[in-house]
Amino acid sequence: MSALSERPANPVVGQEIPHEAASLHVTGEALYTDDLAVRTHGILHAHPVQAPHAHARVTRLLTAPALDVPGVVRVLTADDVPGVNDAGVKHDEPLFPSEVMFFGHAVCWVLGETLEAARLGSLAVEVDYEPLPSLVTVREAIEAGSFQGGQPHMERGDIEAGFAGAAHVFSGEFEFAGQEHFYLETHCSIALVDENGQIFVQCSTQHPTETQDIVAHVLGLPSHAVTVQCLRMGGGFGGKEMQPHGYAAIAALGATLTGRPVRLRLNRTQDMTMSGKRHGFHAQWRVAFDDSGMLQALDATLTSDGGWSLDLSEPVLARALCHIDNAYWIPNVRVNGRIARTNKTSQTAFRGFGGPQGMLVIEDILGRCAPQLGIDPIELRSRNFYTDGQSTPYGQPVRHPERVAICWDQVLTTGDVAARKAEIAAYNASHEHSKRALAMTPVKFGISFNFTSFNQAGALVHVYKDGSVLITHGGTEMGQGLHTKMLQVAATTLGVPLSTVRLAPTRTDKVPNTSATAASSGADLNGGAVKDACEQIIERLRAVAAGRLGVHPADVRFSDGHVGKVGGGDTVPWADLVNQAYFQRIQLWAAGFYRTEGLHWDSTAMHGSPFKYFSYGVAASEVEVDEFTGAYRLRRVDIVHDVGDSLSPLVDIGQVEGAFVQGAGWLTLEDLRWDESDRPTRGRLATQAASTYKLPSFSEMPEVFNVALLERAHEDGAVYGSKAVGEPPLMLAFSVREALREAAAAFGPAGTSVDLASPATPEAVFWAVQEARGGAEPPHMTAMVEGAPGMEPDQPDADAAPLRPHSEQAAQPARAGT
Amino acid sequence: MAAANTHRVSEQGVNGHGVTVNGAPRALDGTDPSTTTLDWLRAQGLTGAKEGCAEGECGACSIMVARPTEGSGTQWTAINACLVPVAALDGQEVVTSEGLGRPDSLHPVQREMAVRGGSQCGYCTPGFVCSMAAEYYREGRCAPSAAPSAAVPDPSQNGHEPAATANAPGRDADSEQPDHEHGPNGFDLHALSGNLCRCTGYRPIRDAAYALRQPAADDPYAARLAAAPPAARATRLDGATGTFARPGDLAEALALLAEHPDAVLVAGSTDWGVEVNLRGARTPFAIGIDRLPELRTLDLGEDSIEIGAALSLSEAEWGLAGRIPLLDQMFPQFASRLIRNGATIGGNLGTGSPIGDTPPALLALEAVVVLASADGEREVPLADYFTGYRQTVKREGELIRAVRIPLPLSEVTAFHKIAKRRFDDISSVAVGFALDLADGVVAKARIGLGGVAATPIRALATEAALEGRAWSAEVVREAAAVMRGEGTPMDDHRASAAYRAATLGTALLKLRAETALQQEVGA
Repeated sequence: MSALSERPANPVVGQEIPHEAASLHVTGEALYTDDLAVRTHGILHAHPVQAPHAHARVTRLLTAPALDVPGVVRVLTADDVPGVNDAGVKHDEPLFPSEVMFFGHAVCWVLGETLEAARLGSLAVEVDYEPLPSLVTVREAIEAGSFQGGQPHMERGDIEAGFAGAAHVFSGEFEFAGQEHFYLETHCSIALVDENGQIFVQCSTQHPTETQDIVAHVLGLPSHAVTVQCLRMGGGFGGKEMQPHGYAAIAALGATLTGRPVRLRLNRTQDMTMSGKRHGFHAQWRVAFDDSGMLQALDATLTSDGGWSLDLSEPVLARALCHIDNAYWIPNVRVNGRIARTNKTSQTAFRGFGGPQGMLVIEDILGRCAPQLGIDPIELRSRNFYTDGQSTPYGQPVRHPERVAICWDQVLTTGDVAARKAEIAAYNASHEHSKRALAMTPVKFGISFNFTSFNQAGALVHVYKDGSVLITHGGTEMGQGLHTKMLQVAATTLGVPLSTVRLAPTRTDKVPNTSATAASSGADLNGGAVKDACEQIIERLRAVAAGRLGVHPADVRFSDGHVGKVGGGDTVPWADLVNQAYFQRIQLWAAGFYRTEGLHWDSTAMHGSPFKYFSYGVAASEVEVDEFTGAYRLRRVDIVHDVGDSLSPLVDIGQVEGAFVQGAGWLTLEDLRWDESDRPTRGRLATQAASTYKLPSFSEMPEVFNVALLERAHEDGAVYGSKAVGEPPLMLAFSVREALREAAAAFGPAGTSVDLASPATPEAVFWAVQEARGGAEPPHMTAMVEGAPGMEPDQPDADAAPLRPHSEQAAQPARAGT
Repeated sequence: MAAANTHRVSEQGVNGHGVTVNGAPRALDGTDPSTTTLDWLRAQGLTGAKEGCAEGECGACSIMVARPTEGSGTQWTAINACLVPVAALDGQEVVTSEGLGRPDSLHPVQREMAVRGGSQCGYCTPGFVCSMAAEYYREGRCAPSAAPSAAVPDPSQNGHEPAATANAPGRDADSEQPDHEHGPNGFDLHALSGNLCRCTGYRPIRDAAYALRQPAADDPYAARLAAAPPAARATRLDGATGTFARPGDLAEALALLAEHPDAVLVAGSTDWGVEVNLRGARTPFAIGIDRLPELRTLDLGEDSIEIGAALSLSEAEWGLAGRIPLLDQMFPQFASRLIRNGATIGGNLGTGSPIGDTPPALLALEAVVVLASADGEREVPLADYFTGYRQTVKREGELIRAVRIPLPLSEVTAFHKIAKRRFDDISSVAVGFALDLADGVVAKARIGLGGVAATPIRALATEAALEGRAWSAEVVREAAAVMRGEGTPMDDHRASAAYRAATLGTALLKLRAETALQQEVGA
């Protein structure tokens, strides 16, 4: 067992405690960025002018009329930018665009004494546009050859040989939708400038350092002139990893130019029409199985819908390619990826970060092919699980593959799957108008940023001379319980009660150069850094204690607020020891640092070991579908998920449940509809409000919901033996989609293969039922084809460039705005 | 728990306008008719209530308001603060999450939410707490025999079951129990149907709700229930850009309406509030009609039932107490409890929307709209009321006073709503059925449709295809084919035209299948 993963006796980690801010949440006392506005004297409010075109050139921008509106203070335009007119790290996102790239693109911002004044001012701004041709759907972009960024290629084995000898070959196409984050708290920044020109931005951001970088480069300042603080976020889910920067920069620019605090809070419609979402994908594939249903070859081309700018589309696509295998061994693989450039919001990180999209492709393939192979889907999936000694298509050995099988068997047993399958068969035989089905799907998800440099973290731990402890780290709190876990880690490492430790908000002047709180890595990385800082302090205190207790330093133990020696005897209260150390002039604070060891990744070749470990899980979902409407109910869900040795079980269970329901929302309910017509509203997001974009409510919660954490799951080499939890359980929701497919198929003859659109809304399920009953192909679906050699997916052009190495990307010079 | 009267008492406004918030009066001056209660509370520094959507869909802004019961007491009623103009609450009494408890003295609802992991990011939580507290205090909630404390283990106690076996109490996975939406403590999960959480997946929130016991004897908010809420007083607030007036009676309201023909009539403000927040609608003159006594009647007569236009849907639901089964099917599918606590039947008809949920049901019930003006009253059958997209026969100076439903009711009734989400969604298609069957023959058929034309419509051709014919599989199939062709459905973001037509075509088949099942069960 490694020093990092080993737990002391009676650790605070592993205790089931509520979220550290729970009592503030429930009383409304917890402060979010926008709650600071009423507490900030003289604050101005920002409102955007949004363009009513999917693609257009701004030919005239007249801001003067806005200044005639009472209460309007200033209009911010490109001319006001002292630094670089750019909001992104790829330098392709002009903060004030001269070319409108999507419907709702903000061309300028109005500052007012009240939000109402700013809103009325934005209506008074006169803008002339020259409309340009637009690409709205990923298919339109493919036909037009409109792509952006690199085109990764991942290959293993001999793809043609894999198909040549195969007993079964199928090919098909699958286009599936993205997802709106719909964090309950929309984007918000409040910027202030002090007497010395120092910028302070309160921001709902998952990536304070990058927000700081962008604010600095927009203002033309060095990073030390900008501080970003994030108290907490009302949800992030990846949507606040890269998207907050531009809004923060607008607020900071406004504060700089007016000398007054500026608040920029998007309302829901602005947030939905301006900020990026999960990428929808288009996939072409052909697959080969042998006689017994073992996967032989997979050839696929994935095209993500990147929207108007590159944003995080390249790493999202890389992760999609790296997860197309999910938990299955596929000897011969060829996958190409490309990013469509469309006139939509710039699609971005969203919980799972491409992993869900890659895995959806293989799960859809297995779900469609199982009936054709005549193999029960539960059997087909488990037959193809990785076993010890096998590697992923990108060359990383799959460690602990047996955990998928263990989770699978546990769900089979605790979920009483065999008996329930028999009950379902009996129910279906006796019910003409409704059918039930139970499906199981696994998850294998790689943990670490594909971008190796991001796998580092810092922390700052202060022990005050009264013994109280204040910790700060580089991670942000968005509800995932990171701060709760960090308090537990610090208390465990220092050997003090939880109440001794307090946590201060995340800010860039406490811990610099932080990574995004993303990729499920927050606890792994920041936990390592907090532990490192605490250990430095403990080592110094150990010498003090050894002298006082008259023992060898190695025999000193810190536990539950008392310091003693191995084997018992007299102890010294923690606070007394700390106080003594202070008088001995011992440094009582430390900066901690952590970097994940053992990672290597060649993004050009799409080869290496980019992940520290894999997280595993299994879900079984049972649904009931109504023939007349396609409406369905989620009757029961059983989950076993691997979080290593849990740092905080209540938090981890919450993450598993919440991710599952969010994943089910993506796959079944949440329906992003863009105007694809040729009307003037072309490119407009039609579902731009909570009334039209539906997220799961209580009615989508499984009626019976059993979640268990895998036991004896110690992860050597991760902080206190734990594993990441934020993203992997989202993909357990594939079981819901597959159950819906099988329930729809149950309306048809045995062996019916059903194509199911994604999201599988009641309407989509209705059409799947019609297909199963021998009706027409569902809309928006392409029939699967059986027989060799299959339809070969599009192959990249000879001159398509792969993803560039990160070092090269980082070295790219900033480009002036358009 | 913080006592309601321990809060700082702020100064009453110079002109006496104010709202009692968490036990303390706060002045209400110079607010415009478009200033929402949420924005006003937050400007007061009470930032617990949040804006998540500004259209009454997410419930992050939920607060409790003291509303009258059918008797003489108070019901704590959860509403969306983002929709209601604060001027409409002049003289009223509200409670926010800050008023229920403090971090060191949590309210029972807050405590259950906190210890069970009911909050993650916490942004939706104050709203959940208020919706849950309103249900916690609902009179007659708790079945006396229930023992919720034993059913739902408390994770803060030692020796508890781990949250890993996070199952609802008393729920058998294989049972055919139709209702997964009530706790052993009588908690109706629909009370939370208007609150969205993006983090938890809801299970711990349900467990918190189902673990609540009865309020303690010294609970100040429970004690408040026995006394009447503040009377709805006539008022007039003049803001910088407009006026909000609440007349004292119907005659005064009609006089104001005659004087200001373009005035906006505001009842629950669940539609107007959305227009204000999302589409920038503003009005120089708003007339609050939700408290007018003449519009808040419920007459249960021999020949008809008359429902006052300004009764909230919740009040109508509870007042009718199951007398109109078709409406009982509709109520839980109409938006959310938060919306139903404000929205009125009059408002739902007043907007003239083709996708309102009451019109298909009321069309099937052959309801009559009672319109009042300074010249008196007139009655219009609902079937003749709608004239075009958001157009009705309602004239300038008229308002809807009541809806009258003739008796006796048909014996076979049903409400089918096609939507993406089961709780709190807008109809793609809605169908209200009312059929009289005599000796297996359809004596009368009334079918109301929503979402398939520019107005709610009657399915007249389908009715004709059914009436006088046997309620047989063959006839129903034929009539279903007719019904498939009713209306002029269109494609939009909610559903395709093809799906709308297809589900019109299956609605009768579904009704017959349900009816057959009921008859089998009954036999």
